[in-house]
Amino acid sequence: MTGLLDLFIRSMFVENLALSFFLGMCTFLAVSKRVETAFGVGVAMIVVQTVTVPVNNLIYQYLLAPGALSWAGLGDVDLSFLSLIAFIGVIAAMVQVLEMTLEFHIPKLHRALGIFLPLITVNCAILGGSLFMVERSYGLMESVVYGFGSGIGWALAIVMLAAIRERIRYADIPEGLQGLGMTFVVAGLMSLGFMGFAGLG
Amino acid sequence: MAGKRWQTLVVPLIGDNPLTLQILGICSALAVTTSLDTALVMTIAVTCVLGMSGVSVSLLRKHLPRSIRIIVQITIIASLVIIVDLVLKAFFFEIGKRLSVFVGLIVTNCIVLGRAEGFAMRNGPLDSMLDGIGNGLGYGLVLMVVGAIRELLGHGSLFGMQILLPVSKGGGFEPLHLMLLPPSAFFIIACIIWFIRRKRPEQIEKPEFQVRLQTRGEQK
Repeated sequence: MTGLLDLFIRSMFVENLALSFFLGMCTFLAVSKRVETAFGVGVAMIVVQTVTVPVNNLIYQYLLAPGALSWAGLGDVDLSFLSLIAFIGVIAAMVQVLEMTLEFHIPKLHRALGIFLPLITVNCAILGGSLFMVERSYGLMESVVYGFGSGIGWALAIVMLAAIRERIRYADIPEGLQGLGMTFVVAGLMSLGFMGFAGLG
Repeated sequence: MAGKRWQTLVVPLIGDNPLTLQILGICSALAVTTSLDTALVMTIAVTCVLGMSGVSVSLLRKHLPRSIRIIVQITIIASLVIIVDLVLKAFFFEIGKRLSVFVGLIVTNCIVLGRAEGFAMRNGPLDSMLDGIGNGLGYGLVLMVVGAIRELLGHGSLFGMQILLPVSKGGGFEPLHLMLLPPSAFFIIACIIWFIRRKRPEQIEKPEFQVRLQTRGEQK
């Protein structure tokens, strides 16, 4: 149990997907202009990440990993080279299912998330989470915790960045740094701050 | 016509750089630049994928129904990335290992999908290939600059060759460990953006709120 808690804290702060692995940067920089939208993307990200990492874990364990097909009598088949396509397929399908479910049951949240839900399909943080899960060979329980933790970490980072950017709009910034440049500097400082968590866990 | 093709290839290098202006594909650009050789391999990989995906998407563009085009594009890109990944594993195992998941992440690199959707769907195969290669090189240019700065200041070397002798070996250079950590990549890219926009003021973004000068006498 402590191992899982440790993993949760670590994936949230120390190995923050956005700030120490630079994953999901495009969305991170593009939709962090207002706190509300950033919050919407953050929530979508948590949900999708929590669902896709365990599902991809199951698919990898029982279909794709070397020797995984032994239950079908194909012990020496290694399909792990297909994992990229399979993961992307799962993510796209999951996002689609999620979108339909939300539209049907919680239309309010669906309207709030709007365009960001489909955009998440091509968010590298989601695919990155699944690839890290394979690289570090997490089990099922671990991947649930990892997906949830890293999703929260990413959401936390984008909401914080959006909050800082809302304040910084009134600042007098050198011309060339306005907009994108300043956002990079802010993200760098945040990343520096998150490095302070390195001793945790 | 030849001049126009040349433009397609050259404009993305600085004028319309995918990283500093289009905000595409930043994820991998920051993560693989701790040393110059990983940056170089990543550049080559991305340029290959971009060029080939440009050609294949462009060839298929008249046969694709609009509603499923994104899925087809992603499948094409994913297959190309798998090829690149396998080639890396077969011939450059060491570097492939250090790039870890970031080769796989070329699939979700927004540059590739962005160019496929934005350019290859509307242009012929040759133009699309040039556009892909141009964008790959523009991406690579920033990558190499960042990689060179980080490796030189962090290790005192370039491509693994020692250029500045560190203090621990009797030289006069103190390695800057911050350069090897994630935050430095953000700062370096910010500086590059600043530099490019100083040279090309038309790229400067207009602020949402203008700060008015209040000093008496200097008021405009």
